[in-house]
Amino acid sequence: MPDKNLQLDGNGKLLHFLSIEGLNQPILTEILDTAESFTSITERNVKKVPILRGKTVANLFFEPSTRTRSTFELAAQRLSADILNLNVNTSATTKGESLLDTLRNLEAMQIDMFVIRHQDSGSAHFFAQHVSPGVSVLNAGDGQHEHPTQAMLDMFTIRHFKKDFSQLRVAIVGDILHSRVARSQIHALNLLNTAEVRVIAPRTLLPVETEALGVSIYNNLEDGLKDVDVIIMLRLQKERMRGALLPSEKEYFRLYGLSQERLKCAKPDAIVMHPGPANRGVEIESSVMDGSQSVILNQVSFGISVRMAIMSMIVGQSGLRGDES
Amino acid sequence: MNLHIRDGLLVDPVAKTTTVADVFIENDRVTAIGKAPKDFTADRTIDARGCWVMPGLVDIQARLRDPGQPEKGNIASETSAAIQNGITSMCLPPDTQPVIDNSATVELIHHRNATFGHSARVYPIGALTRDLGGDQLSNMASLKANGCVAFSNATRPLLNNLVQRRAMDYAAGENMLVIIQPIDVDLQGNGCAHEGAIATRLGLPAIPEAAETAALAKDIELVAQTGARTHFGQLSCARSVDMIRRAKAKGLPISTDCAMHQLFLTDHDIGSFDTSKLTLPPLRSQTDKEALREGIADGTIDCLCSDHQPHETDAKLRPFPSAEPGISAFDTFLSLALRLVEEKLLTLPEIIACLTVNPAQILGLPAGKLETGELADIIIVDPDAHQICRSKDFISQGKNTAFEGWDFNGKVLTTIVAGKIAYQR
Repeated sequence: MPDKNLQLDGNGKLLHFLSIEGLNQPILTEILDTAESFTSITERNVKKVPILRGKTVANLFFEPSTRTRSTFELAAQRLSADILNLNVNTSATTKGESLLDTLRNLEAMQIDMFVIRHQDSGSAHFFAQHVSPGVSVLNAGDGQHEHPTQAMLDMFTIRHFKKDFSQLRVAIVGDILHSRVARSQIHALNLLNTAEVRVIAPRTLLPVETEALGVSIYNNLEDGLKDVDVIIMLRLQKERMRGALLPSEKEYFRLYGLSQERLKCAKPDAIVMHPGPANRGVEIESSVMDGSQSVILNQVSFGISVRMAIMSMIVGQSGLRGDES
Repeated sequence: MNLHIRDGLLVDPVAKTTTVADVFIENDRVTAIGKAPKDFTADRTIDARGCWVMPGLVDIQARLRDPGQPEKGNIASETSAAIQNGITSMCLPPDTQPVIDNSATVELIHHRNATFGHSARVYPIGALTRDLGGDQLSNMASLKANGCVAFSNATRPLLNNLVQRRAMDYAAGENMLVIIQPIDVDLQGNGCAHEGAIATRLGLPAIPEAAETAALAKDIELVAQTGARTHFGQLSCARSVDMIRRAKAKGLPISTDCAMHQLFLTDHDIGSFDTSKLTLPPLRSQTDKEALREGIADGTIDCLCSDHQPHETDAKLRPFPSAEPGISAFDTFLSLALRLVEEKLLTLPEIIACLTVNPAQILGLPAGKLETGELADIIIVDPDAHQICRSKDFISQGKNTAFEGWDFNGKVLTTIVAGKIAYQR
């Protein structure tokens, strides 16, 4: 794997942020610590620091997104960057310009940092392989591969509420097969020495050899939730019903939906997370989502500081184009 | 023209022997091996001391991208690559543009090869159904009369089992060879990597082995039912090798090949989304690779094909799931075969049989033997020529190799087709 460390420079510092896989525990901890220091900024009256002043960040989204795109945008704004938002119409690009041409054209506009979401697994790596030196790529979700900033904000949330990963049992519930979030979370939890990572899913939504990622597998929700400290629910997309992966939303909820009743299988102080957007009544009961153990809205607000942290670490370490102050 | 090849080590893929002997060629045929025929005077003598002399290679599946995809290759560029790499006969799958489902396209290919080609023998494989659509049989008899050596639906399997059964019945009645690449399109879906730990980790849409084996099981049943002589191409799974072994033991008229790269690469080689390793069927597991090698060693798999698929650079300069599958394979075909000998999978004549006489016999081609009376399609190979694989040096228009930087031994010095020197280094 020649480009395995594409995202790190010779000194092990961040050049790009493409996948949790390939990173290490000190970097993840540095991200979480840096994010901690930014939370105070986001809470004050003037929410800006000049770390990215004079830089241009392009949000390049080939798939629709509200939450991720807007938190990236806010993060970049609070670091004083100029933002270019591009919602690329996928059908237009597949017919016309190649992804590489899109990249070259944007590079010609002196973009310093690309935030990219694309439906192909590996697209962020592809971008990082082809950008000019000094230009950085942040993965905002590539196909079913990784969504590393989401995983980092989830880790931030867990650390905020639970402190020590080595004492924790974490269960990830739902559509592992299609989830880039789950892959990133699993790598991150393992790098942070989580005591046990479980995945709970029906066979049809579980890719083969998932245990090779370093997780234990449960096909039964009650068994899987037993004694866990953290429950991460994944979104179930409606189109999964069409591909015969599941009979119905109703049956999914019956087997894998998180209800108040089932929540009792976990530790009494377990927290409930969801990367959003959630389907109430499909993977999670409304009362759980709005309940006292839910930290779903905290995740969203932490998302801004975590993305600020990652962007600033890249600037600090990689020496973006232009002034090297 | 009379040719005399002196003192080479003759590789005989039929007798499975190697002997130092002279070869005498008059006009287009070998007229003697060992002692010169009476009154033989050589117009030209080639000193082959220290070299291997063997039949020209026969490639049962190679895409020349002609007609229809000049950005990837054409008959001139690809037959030149073939000839310089020792491949003197090759079969072209019907998925050209237009499809090889009518005599005009067959004639066009023959005409282009005669006009722009580099002396290679080019054998079109006819489409089993019109436009590969899977509904209506193509005019197989007239395609055969025009030179199609077999019939196939390439990578577009027949979705209707009744049509497939009738196509095979019809072919059996006319004693035609059917070539099938077993694919279940639903199980394959939009997959691009072997279903295993690598695809799971990289989040790549996966292709289960059943995408091949479920189709193969059905296809074997239809062979049993129709008696159609059937060649299964590009097998990739250990379980497929098992199924073929059992079907052959029952005496079904079945033959098989696998692509050369499947004996050297696995899904691990995808690394971090390396599109040069994107193939269909996908690179599979280590277990599959070893089973394919066993299949070659015990004769379950009859031949090795290049599965040559040249591409323009842009076809691979995309994120992995959007890149085009296939490897430009002519320039590494013989080198990889010789590596199998170095790795002691089989002896030199045994491996060469998988690249010469075996495919020639399956297809009924006048090729693949180094014997008195046979057509003089012969290559002379320097076994000691060491080279590092560099795609920029490829003769093929397609530079999309999966073997960049590999060390190879052996290089073609001379290629003779029908008694004429088609290439000399």
